[in-house]
Amino acid sequence: MSEENSAQTKRSKDSIANVLIVAISLCLVCSVMVSTAAVVLQPIQERNKLLDRKKNILNSAALYDPARDIEEQFQQVETRVVELSSGQFVDHVSARDYDLNSVLKDPSMSKAIADEEDIAKIRRQETYALVYLVKDQDQIKYIILPIRGAGLYSTLYGFLALKADGNTVQGLSFYDQGETPGLGGEIVNPKWRSKWRDKRIYDDTGEPRIELVKGAVDYNQAQAVHQVDAIAGATLTSRGVGNLMRFWFGEQGYKALLERIALPEG
Amino acid sequence: MNEETKKTVFDPLVDNNPVVLQILGICPALAVTTSLSTALTMAIALTFVVSMSNVFVSLIRNVIPNNIRIIVQMTIIASLVIIVDQTLQAFAFELSKRMSVFVGLIITNCIVLGRAEAFASKNPVGLSFLDGLGSGLGFGLVLILVGTIRELLGSGSLLGIPILPLVTEQGWYYPIGLMLLAPSAFFIIGLLIWALRSWKTEQVESPSYRIHQVHRHEVM
Repeated sequence: MSEENSAQTKRSKDSIANVLIVAISLCLVCSVMVSTAAVVLQPIQERNKLLDRKKNILNSAALYDPARDIEEQFQQVETRVVELSSGQFVDHVSARDYDLNSVLKDPSMSKAIADEEDIAKIRRQETYALVYLVKDQDQIKYIILPIRGAGLYSTLYGFLALKADGNTVQGLSFYDQGETPGLGGEIVNPKWRSKWRDKRIYDDTGEPRIELVKGAVDYNQAQAVHQVDAIAGATLTSRGVGNLMRFWFGEQGYKALLERIALPEG
Repeated sequence: MNEETKKTVFDPLVDNNPVVLQILGICPALAVTTSLSTALTMAIALTFVVSMSNVFVSLIRNVIPNNIRIIVQMTIIASLVIIVDQTLQAFAFELSKRMSVFVGLIITNCIVLGRAEAFASKNPVGLSFLDGLGSGLGFGLVLILVGTIRELLGSGSLLGIPILPLVTEQGWYYPIGLMLLAPSAFFIIGLLIWALRSWKTEQVESPSYRIHQVHRHEVM
């Protein structure tokens, strides 16, 4: 490029017309690139999310074996749709096409929760929920229930697996959360999650009593069986976990279902 | 390879390292180095973004209007980062979950914008690509070093494979919990800077001021 020419381009380069042309064409090119990537990769990402969900379902019941194929392991899990208010399984809602996000937008499939009852702070609750059953022959072995509720910064999404009595915890896992790594984010820590094992959700009168306590659980006390150590440095996240447990295992949650299908203890 | 290209690629590794000499990109160097696998992913992702953004910025360097050049560079960088993020979510889902926001934060990494503005907007495409590659590798080198030290001492493993048998698994090694927290990366990077400047003394900055010895009678 000659001297003269470069002086020419320098002037026209900064003209308003050129600014507009460059800005608009750059935006177009970039948006096409970004949307192409998003559209092309979306099916793979959806499959990953689904697999991750299945892995977490297995993980919550401590059934996940990383060495084996997730789909193959998931065969032992039976997915059912349950009407939360009655605790009855229903067949007119398809478990295959069930998508929580669209369900929550659909007034015929979900309802708003009154503020004073919304202890998990989720605002809307589905009328029908997906639950997962692991069976041994025809006997229910584990009942895996999706739970969610507000933590400190984010909504926590997870699964709680109960043993056949519908009361004793088999395990807990969270698959989506945005809490502070190292503090509230410790709800995904296997060590903390293992503290939930064999805790009991309900007391003898059928009230949900599970709670998170600051400091260490005093095992000499009778209520220790309902208590889990709160996470150090994450008081509000721990409170959120406690609240969402009380919500999902109360009258509005899975209580009707659990009373109906749980085996008598022993 | 001639002298100039060699210098463009290899200078940022030791002699002009973006992290330990220019002290740029410290935030991701703290955030994603708790394990070697995230550090490696970050190194690759950033190298890709900085080389490609250099290429695109250099390609259109003669038409970018001066007064909107930064926003043009940012748009290119942001688009590349979104593509990297989407690709990770599709092909390395576990890793992308662990890296969470830090892939997106490559957009704000000073190294990327710094190279686009300081180099790619004034140099031809090929050389800009090599410059981006060099800066990315220089950043990656530090990340991998820090990641190796932190994962080995903090979790007793490398890339998730146990190296030092942990006490909790009947071994002898007590993991240093501090290594998993962000401050340890500050210590390691600080020690790295010290080690590098003791070796290459020309990197030592001259003090910006000196403390004078003042006698009492001079003040009076």
